[in-house]
Amino acid sequence: MIDVLLITLLITLFYMAIANRLMTYIKVLAIQGVLLFIVAFVQLEEINPLNLGFILLETIVVKAIVVPFFLVYILRKNNITREAEPFVSNFFSLIITTLIVVLTVLLSNTIQEARLDKIFFIVAMSTLFFGLYLIATRRKIITHVMGYLVIENGIFVLSLAVGNEMPMLVNLGIMLDIFASVLILGIFLNKIGDVFKDVDVQQLNSLKDV
Amino acid sequence: MILTYLIGALIIAVGISVNRNKWVNYSLAGIFLLLQWMFTIYACFHLNETDLGYFTYDSLGILLLITLSIIAIPAMIHSKIYVENHHESGAVRAIYFLSMVGLITAIGAGYLANHIAVTWIFTEITTLSASALIYHHRNKLALEGTWKYVFIGAISITFVFIGILFLSLSIQQSGTGHMSYASLLENAHLMNPFWLRLAFLFIFTGYTVKLGLVPMFTAGVDAKDKAPAPAGALLSSVLMNLGFVGVFRMYIIMANTPLHHWANLVIGISAFLSLFVATVYMIKVKNIKRMLAYSSIEHMGLVMLGIAAGGIGYYAAILHIILHAFVKSSLFFQYNQLYRVFQSKSIYLVGNYFKYNTTGAMVLLLGFISAAAMPPSGLFVSEFLIFRSMFEAHQLVLLIAVLLLLTMIIWAFGKNILKILFIPPVGFNENDVPRISPWESVTQFVLLALAVYLGLNPPVEFVHLIEESLILLPH
Repeated sequence: MIDVLLITLLITLFYMAIANRLMTYIKVLAIQGVLLFIVAFVQLEEINPLNLGFILLETIVVKAIVVPFFLVYILRKNNITREAEPFVSNFFSLIITTLIVVLTVLLSNTIQEARLDKIFFIVAMSTLFFGLYLIATRRKIITHVMGYLVIENGIFVLSLAVGNEMPMLVNLGIMLDIFASVLILGIFLNKIGDVFKDVDVQQLNSLKDV
Repeated sequence: MILTYLIGALIIAVGISVNRNKWVNYSLAGIFLLLQWMFTIYACFHLNETDLGYFTYDSLGILLLITLSIIAIPAMIHSKIYVENHHESGAVRAIYFLSMVGLITAIGAGYLANHIAVTWIFTEITTLSASALIYHHRNKLALEGTWKYVFIGAISITFVFIGILFLSLSIQQSGTGHMSYASLLENAHLMNPFWLRLAFLFIFTGYTVKLGLVPMFTAGVDAKDKAPAPAGALLSSVLMNLGFVGVFRMYIIMANTPLHHWANLVIGISAFLSLFVATVYMIKVKNIKRMLAYSSIEHMGLVMLGIAAGGIGYYAAILHIILHAFVKSSLFFQYNQLYRVFQSKSIYLVGNYFKYNTTGAMVLLLGFISAAAMPPSGLFVSEFLIFRSMFEAHQLVLLIAVLLLLTMIIWAFGKNILKILFIPPVGFNENDVPRISPWESVTQFVLLALAVYLGLNPPVEFVHLIEESLILLPH
């Protein structure tokens, strides 16, 4: 069950790699939120109910509902065009995503550790590196935020792998999620959109040394 | 006591945020300084005691806490001068002082945390309060700086968290779930080396955003450029020390495992690259604040080279970060006077500073001598010890490369500072130069003198505290 869910999460990354519209990105993020909700529900059975409730609330409410709606609101408010505008072609994106997944599989094969579920490690690291790749290759600032949200999802998967032994770490991860999302999205919503009309990273190059 | 401190700081912060009256704000900032010092003195008398479960007044924490409390006083004084000169509105002033209080409290608590997750939480809070300070001017450039700082800060914090997760995987073998530094150290020999390597890489990379090393140094430079200079002084001195604490406490654990040599390699590579980057930018940079920020990167590179070399290098590294904090913050405090005279931060548009503000120019000259580690600067002693440790560790090729880079840095730094001090600027209107009271430079002189004193004639207690903070490292 968990394997299927995690592999579905991996597939959403491939879908994201070739998606053209920002709305698709937001939908994929919402789907990832739901997937994480089910994974957490199945995986963390030994944890106390209060903690579990908190985690589930975070995944289903924050990741799957609040953040996507917030992103849609930002898109509407700032009149951001719907294209994702990647620097590289979709074909190339797909190959790189595949390479990321293959490399993490190879990396995880070098681990001699019986306790860790390897699939968690593979999915988490792939999601993490894919998020970084997304940040590096998309032109709009809002896609950077989405890349960061993808990274957070990867970390959530990783923290689930140790969640039964150390619930504290899962809680800390959730704190990180909420803190960073609020800070980053808050700045975006309030300021960036108003000041930089055409929200493009090329505008963020005034701070330089010469 | 730390609970009283945190609650007190919180109450003061709330008081500042709800109040728009200038004098109420100032007096609350004063009360905060009083609280900060009471807490510091309390900590000094309770060496190695644990408070509230998650905080220990250990020697490294206390050394850096005292440094923080010393720098906090001029930071508040210069903040007041800054706010008055810019005629800030009540709301802007309140947010400024609120963030200063938040930043200082979070840094202080982060120093003393004895649990890896607690250090992490307070590092996160410093990102939050620092971003409010960077956004102080509320213009496009400030927004760009804030955005970069927040975004790179968030990614780095995430990296540290991944590192903590890996660390928790590596200690599963030992059967303990507790992640305080002491318990990690106790189980160091039981840790799984694979996960420990990954953990160290991620934690180190994450903290470089605060420490100012390759790869995450960029955001910090933009931040110090855009933040008001009194806040920039904190960012480039005590906040960097918080990054150092994060890395160093993890390094102590690594040093007690067979991976010690590998950790030295990682730190050494990052430190050398930082020195190289600092050299390249120091030669090119024309913005005075960014020049000072790159100089901080150079010093942190040296500190980490000392750590990687080991031996006397450990002692020198701790000495160096403390002295560097005094010197660099005094240069940043001085910067605002310079800006008031010339209304520019470009090296092209300033010059002949001795003529317009003699006292300030003296601070700049002495600060340059100190930061370039020329005698009688205290940094000379620590840098000399770092070189000696590298020599003793048989890193001759590296040492020669480092010395060459340092020569270029001193040349570039000196060329710019001497231009500011002596060469008349082109097309500068001398008629409306404001008169700057020499009293505003007193704190800078005190900080510079302190750096000389602690370097050349360190008190016994000071040396003892440094040695005690190294006691957990293998000799």
